[in-house]
Amino acid sequence: MRASPTILPLRLSGVAYDVGGRRLVEGIDLVLSGPGRVIVLGPNGAGKSLFLRLCHGLLSPTQGKVEWLGPGASLKARRHLLVAQRPVMLRRSVLGDIIHALNLAGLGWTARRTAARAALERFGMTALADRPARILSGGEQQRLALARAWALRPEVLFLDEPTANLDPSATRAVEAMIDAFHAEGTKVVMTTHDLGQARRLADEILFMDRGRLIERAPAGAFFEAPHAPAAAAFLRGDLPW
Amino acid sequence: MNEIVDAFAAAAALVLSADPAFLEIVGLSLRVTLTAVAVAVAIGLPAGALLAIARFPGRGALVVLFNALMGMPPVVAGLVIYLLLSRSGPLGTLGLLFTPTGMVMAQAVLVLPIVLSIARQVIESLWAEYEEHLRSLGSSALRAVPTLLWDGRYSLITGILAGFGRASAEVGAVMIVGGNIAGATRTMTTAITLETGKGNLPLALGLGMVLLSLTLAINIAAHLVALVGQRRSG
Ligand SMILES: Nc1ncnc2c1ncn2[C@@H]1O[C@H](COP(=O)(O)OP(=O)(O)O)[C@@H](O)[C@H]1O
Ligand SMILES: [Mg+2]
Repeated sequence: MRASPTILPLRLSGVAYDVGGRRLVEGIDLVLSGPGRVIVLGPNGAGKSLFLRLCHGLLSPTQGKVEWLGPGASLKARRHLLVAQRPVMLRRSVLGDIIHALNLAGLGWTARRTAARAALERFGMTALADRPARILSGGEQQRLALARAWALRPEVLFLDEPTANLDPSATRAVEAMIDAFHAEGTKVVMTTHDLGQARRLADEILFMDRGRLIERAPAGAFFEAPHAPAAAAFLRGDLPW
Repeated sequence: MNEIVDAFAAAAALVLSADPAFLEIVGLSLRVTLTAVAVAVAIGLPAGALLAIARFPGRGALVVLFNALMGMPPVVAGLVIYLLLSRSGPLGTLGLLFTPTGMVMAQAVLVLPIVLSIARQVIESLWAEYEEHLRSLGSSALRAVPTLLWDGRYSLITGILAGFGRASAEVGAVMIVGGNIAGATRTMTTAITLETGKGNLPLALGLGMVLLSLTLAINIAAHLVALVGQRRSG
C-alpha cells in the first residue's frame, strides 16, 4: 500500500550499549525485514526497552552499528516511530497533539488537520478530539499515541509495553489498533509482559535475557519448545534468579 | 483624622470625575509599562527558551546572572539607562532622556530578567519532559522552541503578568529617567511620590486607588490563567 521505497531491512551488528561503564546491552546481531510482527520477550531489566530505543535511534550504540539498509532509508523523512511505555502528551487538545506531530512531519496547514481528524475517526476517537490530551485516562493516552503514530504512516512501529497497566477493555482496544497497523502494512516490533498477548499477536519472537538476544524463533515454534533454557524458564513462569 | 477622610472623598471624586490631567497620568503609566513589557516579552521569551535548551560554556553563569537580575532595584535600572541616555552617554545624541521612550527602556531593563528567567525555567522543565518525544518525531532543538513556548503558555503568561506588576508598581526607574515632568513623563507612581510630599493628598490617594485596583486585577488574571492551565494541562 505504500508508495515510498522501503527502509527495511534493519540491521544491528555487534550492538552494545553501556551506561557509566556498565554494559546493559551486549552483542546484538540481527536483521529485521518482512511483514511479520515481532515481539520482544524477556524478564524485567533484560534490555528490551533499550533495544527498542537503540533500533529507533534515540540511543547510539557504544559499540556496533544500527543501520537501515533499504532504498528508502536515505530519504529525509522518518519512516519509523517509537511509542514509549508512557507516551508524552502535549499540553494541547487531542486533535492539536496529532496536528503538531504532522506539522513536524512537514504537512501543510489543511493537510495536517484533515489527516489528524481522519486518524481519530479511523479509531473511533472523534469524541475525544477537543479534550486536553493530558487529562485522558491511561488507556486513552495510549490510544492517542497510536492514533498519532498511525497519522504519520510509519513503515516500522516500535511499541514499548503498549498495554502495561491497562484494563482488559483498553488492552483489547490497543490490540485492535496494533492489528490495524499490521493489516495496513506497518511492521510492528513490540515488547510485552503479557504472554497471552504475545501468543495472540506474535509472528516472530525475540527473547532477551541480561542484555543479550538469546533466541529468535517463529512464534509457534517458540511457544511450543523454546531452545534457550532461560526462555523455557520464562515461559514456565520461573523467576530466572 | 477628618482631613484624611476628606482626602479619601476628594480622591474618590477625582477617580470618578474623569479629570483629563488625572487620566493622562494613568494613561501614560499604562502606555509606558505595557510597551516595556512587550519589549521584554519579545526579547525575553525567545532568549529564555534558547538559554533553556542550548548547552554552551558559561550557560550556568548566565542563568544565575538573570536570576539575580530579577531582584534588581528599580533605581539601578533607572541609573543604567540614565547613564546611557545622558548627554555625554553613548546614546546621548538620541535625546531620549526625560521622554516616555527612555522610561520604556528603563522599565524593559527591569522586566526583561523576570520574563527571561521564568521562560528559561518553564521551557527547561518542559524540554526535559518532551525532548525524546520531539526528537523522535524529527524535531531539532531549535524547531522545538515554538512548541515549548506554546505548551508553556499558561506559566509564561503568569510570568509576564508578574513582570507587568513589578513595572507598574516601581517608581525609581521612571523617576530617574523620566523626571516626573507634568504632562510629559509623569506617571502614577512618580506623581504619588511627589504629590504626597506637596500635601496634595487627593491626587496621591486617587492614583493609589487606581494602582491598587490594577495590582488586584493583575493578580486575579494570574490566578485565572493558572486555574485554566491546571484544568487543561493537568
Ligand atoms: N539510563 C540508564 N542508566 C542506567 N541503567 C539503565 C538505564 N536505562 C536502563 N538501565 C538498566 O538497563 C537494564 C535494562 O533496562 P530496560 O531495557 O529498561 O529493561 P526492560 O527489558 O525491562 O525493558 C535495567 O537493568 C535497567 O536498570
Ligand atoms: Mg521496559
